[in-house]
Amino acid sequence: MLAVILFVITLGIAAYSTYFERKVAAFMQDRIGPNRAGPLGLLQPIADGVKMIFKEEHRPTGSNRILFILGPSIAMLTALMTSAVIPWSPKYFEIGGQKYALQIADINVGILYIFGVVSLGVYGILIGGWSSNNKYSLLGAVRASSQMISYELAMGLSIIPIILGSESLQLSAIVESQHEIWNVFKYPFGFLIFLICAFAETNRTPFDLPECETELVGGYHTEYTSMKLGFFLFSEYVNMFASSAVISTLFFGGYHFPGMSLLPAGVAVLVGVAVLFAKIVFFIFFFMWIRWTIPRFRYDQLMRLGWQVLMPLAILLVVVYGAIFSFI
Amino acid sequence: MDQVIFYGLALITIVGALATIFSRNAMYSVLALVVTFFAMSGLYLQLKAEFVAVVHIIVYAGAIMVLFLFVVMMLNLNTVSTIIRSNVNIKWIAVLAGIAMAGILGYGAYATTLPARGDNTAENGTVKILGKMLFNEYLLPFELTSVLLIATMVGVIVLTKKEE
Repeated sequence: MLAVILFVITLGIAAYSTYFERKVAAFMQDRIGPNRAGPLGLLQPIADGVKMIFKEEHRPTGSNRILFILGPSIAMLTALMTSAVIPWSPKYFEIGGQKYALQIADINVGILYIFGVVSLGVYGILIGGWSSNNKYSLLGAVRASSQMISYELAMGLSIIPIILGSESLQLSAIVESQHEIWNVFKYPFGFLIFLICAFAETNRTPFDLPECETELVGGYHTEYTSMKLGFFLFSEYVNMFASSAVISTLFFGGYHFPGMSLLPAGVAVLVGVAVLFAKIVFFIFFFMWIRWTIPRFRYDQLMRLGWQVLMPLAILLVVVYGAIFSFI
Repeated sequence: MDQVIFYGLALITIVGALATIFSRNAMYSVLALVVTFFAMSGLYLQLKAEFVAVVHIIVYAGAIMVLFLFVVMMLNLNTVSTIIRSNVNIKWIAVLAGIAMAGILGYGAYATTLPARGDNTAENGTVKILGKMLFNEYLLPFELTSVLLIATMVGVIVLTKKEE
């Protein structure tokens, strides 16, 4: 039940992210943006979806039929899997003697589960890019996978201080440990590294080299048409929602908000869900804000940033926080 | 239900492993191996070893197999070439090594008594227990593995820096 609700919400938010992306872009470039379909252009995502579905299916010659379909499917599947471990409420809150928890799966290695799913996301892009039988697609896919592997390392290291601090890999425990102070104030550098890596993992500007249109036509999805292309584009927005949720959960206290203990338990839970949504929406906006502000990196700059700046910094963080936690 | 899931996963593991070996297309081989790894981490999950299961996916499916795919894609190894056949002796050595390996593994499995599957408490297989085991009972093998890994890493860096 909860899973279905979250699924629908994720898809809804992702659909409307496409609308907001265009509105934000328009605002930043002093334009109006989509305003034809429905009031304020609010039906635009539906119009786009219908257009995508009714477009002609096309498959390039010499491409691999099974893998060509498998690519976008895996991209979408892994994107949707991440949000299953996000806790939306305190572990067990009581309403009329019944205990509830707004979390689909509270596995005790929740944070590693997220990394596992994120690292699988690359398969969709790799398989899709390779099976298109197009050198631009292949180059885009290779870029995407090397970029994701490189930034995953720094990303994994940057959250080790949090794990040390909360003494758990369980997301509900990590959120509980932020009851007094949000992690972003305790580990500001870890947050910075994680944020940069999150941009790289979701293939968003300034790290969107896999689909860099000035060099690679459309990157890994050059040959895709119709709803298969839609899946690739859509999975990017679902990924954005998921990483915003992960950032809010790990660093910004999840459902915690100032003055939470003053409210009665039931109200606090409802406000907590709303607060977590507000945080997520803010970070989605932040993703868009960066996209329309900062230009794209060059490929060697991207690799140098990942391996020679973020990696050493993240290792330093692990050493420093390890020393702090074991000796103080 | 538990048994049905187990047999399902075991079947997927074996079919995946066989597909890895018998496929003539290197790309399919790699993907079949990924499927095998997934089924295996499903088996770990059944043993309540959540940490091992997830790390198995992150390390093997998420990193190592992506590099394999990378190589297959870059070298365009669509069909298995027949270069391997040039040395007949290698085939016999491979067969012998395979039999020896199977013998050792079989003896190991036969000689050790595994704990009964029922007595998995919730604490078993968590990171805490695993960490304590690694740094107390198995400290020496753990450190030796670390040294081996570091030596490999240094070796790779030296090799790639050769031309300078």
